[in-house]
Amino acid sequence: MSLSHAFFAVIRRDLVLALRRRSEIANPLLFFILVITLFPLGIGAQPHLLQAIAPGIIWVSALLAAMLSLDSLFRSDFDDGSLEQILLSPHPTSVLVLAKIIAHWLVTGLPLLVVAPLLAVFLGMPNHALGILLLTLLLGTPVLSLIGAIGVALTVGLRRGGMILSLLVLPLYVPVLIFAGNAVQMAGSGLPVDAQINILISILLMALVLAPLPVASALKMSIN
Amino acid sequence: MQTQSTHSLEGTGLSCIRDDRVLFEELAFELVSGQVLLLEGKNGSGKTSLLRILCGFREPDAGEINWCGDAVKDSQFYAQMAYVGHLDGIKKELTVLENLKMSVALSSAGQYSIHEALTKVHMAGYDDILVQALSAGQKRRLSLARLLITENVLWILDEPFTSLDKQGIALIETLMTEHCANGGMIVLTSHHDIDLHGVDVQRINLS
Repeated sequence: MSLSHAFFAVIRRDLVLALRRRSEIANPLLFFILVITLFPLGIGAQPHLLQAIAPGIIWVSALLAAMLSLDSLFRSDFDDGSLEQILLSPHPTSVLVLAKIIAHWLVTGLPLLVVAPLLAVFLGMPNHALGILLLTLLLGTPVLSLIGAIGVALTVGLRRGGMILSLLVLPLYVPVLIFAGNAVQMAGSGLPVDAQINILISILLMALVLAPLPVASALKMSIN
Repeated sequence: MQTQSTHSLEGTGLSCIRDDRVLFEELAFELVSGQVLLLEGKNGSGKTSLLRILCGFREPDAGEINWCGDAVKDSQFYAQMAYVGHLDGIKKELTVLENLKMSVALSSAGQYSIHEALTKVHMAGYDDILVQALSAGQKRRLSLARLLITENVLWILDEPFTSLDKQGIALIETLMTEHCANGGMIVLTSHHDIDLHGVDVQRINLS
């Protein structure tokens, strides 16, 4: 069968699997909502402070929610041997792995985009910044999945890889956090944000092209 | 009948060292279409390690493996092999049919259709059952059905008879005999004595 058929079959399989074990979708999303709703309660009645730090809160929560969901990316495939079958496929592993990452983003990243505007309003973010917030999330969360996949691929063979995973992945998440947070902040003050958006686009394109290759190699190493 | 041409799998000077322990050294074999290679040896003697080296999951510490005369990486090896290991490689949240369709998508459609293959492993009618509802033996049969629906010449089987009953074992032996008669080849490990009529079985004892 053709490569594109295999690519979409992997995406479809992972989406069906996510539908059948819903906690995988619900967990990161619930975490995202909970953290953001707890902030106003913790800070108290200071709407201006809240408004000022809203971009940071939303982006840090999105980043932590993405981290939380990472382990599910290859864990079950590793445990039941499906990963061996994917690696043995005559199709290039990096392409099949990209399909898995895309499915993972659709399940864990996309829902954040849906609830983010509501939570932004909740934190008092100005309306004209909402578009930019969505745009940064649309460009940034796939990068979190792509970079995170490298970390998971390296640690999936370890018994307790959670700690190492965060240490490996978090520093690489920082550029996304800086540029995305900054873009939303600037947009809130009515300043142009083209530069930040362009940088986010270039980070996304680079991650899209470069991440699947090390993920494929790291998986081959982990399965050993 | 997949192919008329003969294929060959050749290993030369293979050795495997694990945690400073030499599992095997200078191991050589040659397998051609229609033959079976049975790996024997006690637990921990490196049978599974050798199979994983053949699959490319591990690098051999020395030696090389050739498929039809070319190094495995430069050949059609991965399009012509199928592996069933200790882990079934099937998703318990998917149905039997979904699992098999996925296997076909990852490789290419082979000799039998999914329904024919399920009939052959005596699992017809189980299409829409979730795999988590199957017994261990049925899961094993399902993962062996994968060998029939994908196009392949070489089967690499790690303890294929685990959790199968007597009929199951006889069934798999029949399938293996058919595969060899059709020009296929098999590398397997097994604790059971295998009973293949008229098939050329090579044995390597690793201990």
